[in-house]
Amino acid sequence: MSDAPEPITSIITPVRLEYDFTAGAAATMFLRGLAQRKIIGARSRPGEPVMVPPRGADPRTAELTLEAVEVSDQGTVVSYSIVRVPSDNIPFELPYVCINVLLDGAGLAFFHVLQECPLDEVRLGMRVKAHWAPDDQLDTSVTSIEYFEPLDEPDVPFEEIREHT
Amino acid sequence: MNENSATGDSLSGLHVLEYPYRRSLGPVLSRFFTDLRDRKLTGIRDASGRVLVPPQEYDPETAETLHEFVSVGPGGEVVSYSWVAEPRSKQPFDHPFAYALIRLDGADTAMLHAVDAGEESRISVGSRVRPRWAAEPGGSILDLACFEVEEEG
Repeated sequence: MSDAPEPITSIITPVRLEYDFTAGAAATMFLRGLAQRKIIGARSRPGEPVMVPPRGADPRTAELTLEAVEVSDQGTVVSYSIVRVPSDNIPFELPYVCINVLLDGAGLAFFHVLQECPLDEVRLGMRVKAHWAPDDQLDTSVTSIEYFEPLDEPDVPFEEIREHT
Repeated sequence: MNENSATGDSLSGLHVLEYPYRRSLGPVLSRFFTDLRDRKLTGIRDASGRVLVPPQEYDPETAETLHEFVSVGPGGEVVSYSWVAEPRSKQPFDHPFAYALIRLDGADTAMLHAVDAGEESRISVGSRVRPRWAAEPGGSILDLACFEVEEEG
């Protein structure tokens, strides 16, 4: 007991909430798509931005987004953050990169993790693609996309993604 | 996610939201938890002479910095309690117990902790309690595992 003379300077006080999540129509469609290696968004009508993931309504106008639209699993990095702070529930080796990726065909950036890219090469406008889980691990879950990885294509000029950064 | 007939065509599944916060204690609570590991209960004297347990860094009335640590307990008295008939998974016991505000001997404020009373009829406001210490201290409030009710007489 007293053979550990160092004072206690911090304590771990976890906050934990367990709950049953019901996805609803929009997210259910999106999650079922992921199990088939498809990324499905939704829009209110042709010409309007495709929301990915879909939430059921356009957040700008509150119009229902009933039209399902499949978007590409390739896109453009529009913002990123390098995570260096460890946490027990992070499955990636630190440091790693979180990205907002504007998928081709989507009107809203999508949040995921970037791998297989040195930290000093991450940049706005870089092209990336989804790295899907193996067939036997595909599920109605965001874990169907293991991460995004760089795509060997020229960067998208900043002016074209400015409104999403 | 699971197909769930109860929610129509929607998927549903268990979600867990958890933040494993590590909290820095500062000098005063560091002393409290370090003493707790050594099976001692420590408060602090405020500007008006009252003893606060758990100790605080600053006087709650005047905001002046507090320095004078005071040993309290180990026994104390139940000031109020709430009986937990159906404990949840992260609570300290898997059988019914009480959360209680306990004023330790020598203290002027009460602290919250669990009382392993066995059954509700054994605890009441004014019950005398004493600490049960953890066999293996781990550097948390559960180094003081709980309080138990002293037998009458």
